[in-house]
Amino acid sequence: MLEIRDLHASVAGEPILKGLSLTVKPSEVHAIMGPNGSGKSTLANVLAGRDNYEITGGEALFEGKSLAELEPEERAQLGLFLAFQYPVEIPGVSNMEFLKAALEATRAAQGKEEWDSVTLLRKAREACKQVDLDPQFLKRGVNEGFSGGEKKRNEIMQMLLMEPKLALLDETDSGLDIDALQTVAKGVNSLRGPERGIVLVTHYQRLLDYIVPDHVHVLSGGRIVKSGGKELALELEQHGYGWLTGGQDGGNGKEDRTA
Amino acid sequence: MSSQAELDNSELDRVIRSEYEAGFTTLVESDTLPPGLSEDVIRAISAKKGEPEWLLEWRLEAYRNWQTMQEPNWAHVEYPPVDLNAISYYSAPKSMEDRPQSLDEVDPELLETYKKLGIPLHEQEMLAGVAVDAVFDSVSVATTFKSKLAEAGVIFCSISEAVHEHPELVKKYLGSVVPKGDNYFAGLNSAVFTDGSFVYIPKGVRCPMELSTYFRINEANTGQFERTLIVADEGSYVSYLEGCTAPQRDENQLHAAVVELVALPGAEIKYSTVQNWYPGDEDGKGGIYNFVTKRGVAHDNAKISWTQVETGSAITWKYPSVVLRGDNSVGEFYSVALTRHAQQADTGTKMIHLGRNTKSTIVSKGISAGKSSNAYRGLVRMGPRAENARNFTQCDSLLLGDTCGAHTFPYIETKHPSATVEHEATTSKVSDDQLFLCRQRGIDPEKAISMIVNGFCKEVFKELPMEFAVEAGKLLEVSLEGAVG
Ligand SMILES: Nc1ncnc2c1ncn2[C@@H]1O[C@H](COP(=O)(O)OP(=O)(O)OP(=O)(O)O)[C@@H](O)[C@H]1O
Ligand SMILES: [Mg+2]
Repeated sequence: MLEIRDLHASVAGEPILKGLSLTVKPSEVHAIMGPNGSGKSTLANVLAGRDNYEITGGEALFEGKSLAELEPEERAQLGLFLAFQYPVEIPGVSNMEFLKAALEATRAAQGKEEWDSVTLLRKAREACKQVDLDPQFLKRGVNEGFSGGEKKRNEIMQMLLMEPKLALLDETDSGLDIDALQTVAKGVNSLRGPERGIVLVTHYQRLLDYIVPDHVHVLSGGRIVKSGGKELALELEQHGYGWLTGGQDGGNGKEDRTA
Repeated sequence: MSSQAELDNSELDRVIRSEYEAGFTTLVESDTLPPGLSEDVIRAISAKKGEPEWLLEWRLEAYRNWQTMQEPNWAHVEYPPVDLNAISYYSAPKSMEDRPQSLDEVDPELLETYKKLGIPLHEQEMLAGVAVDAVFDSVSVATTFKSKLAEAGVIFCSISEAVHEHPELVKKYLGSVVPKGDNYFAGLNSAVFTDGSFVYIPKGVRCPMELSTYFRINEANTGQFERTLIVADEGSYVSYLEGCTAPQRDENQLHAAVVELVALPGAEIKYSTVQNWYPGDEDGKGGIYNFVTKRGVAHDNAKISWTQVETGSAITWKYPSVVLRGDNSVGEFYSVALTRHAQQADTGTKMIHLGRNTKSTIVSKGISAGKSSNAYRGLVRMGPRAENARNFTQCDSLLLGDTCGAHTFPYIETKHPSATVEHEATTSKVSDDQLFLCRQRGIDPEKAISMIVNGFCKEVFKELPMEFAVEAGKLLEVSLEGAVG
């Protein structure tokens, strides 16, 4: 469903991704790891179509369509979902209102039946429960005054409702306490299915104990430098990235606990 | 002087008078007065309306005083001078034959907007001035409500009607809040106003419904010099809604209304406005100039609250104010002003604290797009007797794009040491991150912007009566179309 070939991309004119290839098939969970600044968020943002993130070479296909030619909302309507590393606040726009707009737009585009407000509210409450968010959060402004962990849970709550085909989770685990990590992992696992692909960006093996990936990739210097099975994550946990990157990125990923 | 000369003189007088009278009669008989302003024109307006002598005198005084005044130029707006002699100051309502016979004859663009705003078909017909002689639902609805109001003792009628039916009230309060010499445009209005609304709520009565929701369509055509007077007697309450979200077009470029509110001790008046006059094309051509004077006086323990949503007009010049005359009185001003294209808005409020323990709150939200200019101008004055008076002002601007402007002009005067004035101001842009979050969730940019802007305005919208708030939200959405990019 996702086919990335020799992708080059720059951020505000600065080349960041330098020949990245990755294939995600339905039902698969891929974990992407790598030092700080190696380009993981860049990859997620390029796929989602953020302004200033420009594909300069290669291609990225989603469901056979070239992402470069689609507006961000069109990608979302096709079923691509990004859980943000740093979810932004939208003051005054209630979570519920936001979800309603998002679900109306995507469900219609995907030919799914429309949910009336009663159904929507019920589903939203269920999704809140699944990630251990008080349903009162539905009334608050989107991420407005949420704690770091609450923001992350809010992202997963949205994902559960939107039932995307491909979910990109950018460090959803960082900033979560241990219980929340399990709750969120359970939420993500509940979405696993034969039709769905999941890409997890993470720094920690711990998340992968709960969401067991089919493939693990190491991103460094804008390229995937190593791929393997779930054991690779364990290896990284023990040895860091130095043996793979030759120290070129400097980071070892363990500094980012508070992100 | 010879007697011959005397005769000649009185003959001359007579001739002049008869000519004058003939001219005057033609003036009164014609449907539309010829353009221009003179004492005769004012006499003609007054005569057409069958007004009592005192009101004619009042108008004439206003006129004479106005002639000595200068058009103000301190506002942050620019426009070519308005030729007041090119305006006709009275015209009778259009006859059925002159109106469009069905919606098919109405400007399709206007209909498109009605549709977007979700206005029911029969209301569309009325708004567009279609000649329909069937009895509307809403007319009978209006009748039911009128009888309910009468039961409560509430007087709600046109000001012309009030002049005849309740002269003592009109005489006592007309011009008591906005004196006829108050400012250039208020002076002009006092001289030539043609109609408007009058409300009186008796002592201790809570008006059983929001006034004007069900009537506003019938009142849509009150002309360019509208005059509104609302008197809430002791301990009474009224919520009044003015305007409507549907775009209103008018051949008259200049609109200079006056609204006066009197809240007697312990009374509360809540006045909500949605203003959507035609803003003109992208360059502002053909748009309406809206120069309004709105003011209320709050006596002891009384409360006056202005809420406005301003999206229309080429130029808006408007400062709904509260004179907190009585002790413990409260004044509030909640405003959303949206400008786009070449629109210019200079709006805000004045809170004049005279009494002790008076309290005022100002929340102003300005949104600018296109090459528009949006200024907040607010005065908070704490008088020498205003012990423990308090004001809180919050003034937020939101910019869409780089070619628009937002300005804040707060004026604070404190003459009592115990008075406190707090002012907070912010300017922000719709951030790319917010927009991207919305788009990543499948929401198209226009919808996203309108959602973000609506969120920005929430504090003001929640002050509007429920139904109005929903309409106002939709109105912003429609007004913002094409504002992205
Ligand atoms: N707007 C920008 N202009 C220039 N460089 C940028 C911009 N945004 C990101 N970068 C750079 O791109 C590189 C990759 O950043 P990215 O956020 O993708 O890293 P990451 O792998 O997600 O790191 P982390 O683990 O810290 O989240 C970094 O060196 C970063 O400084
Ligand atoms: Mg990152």
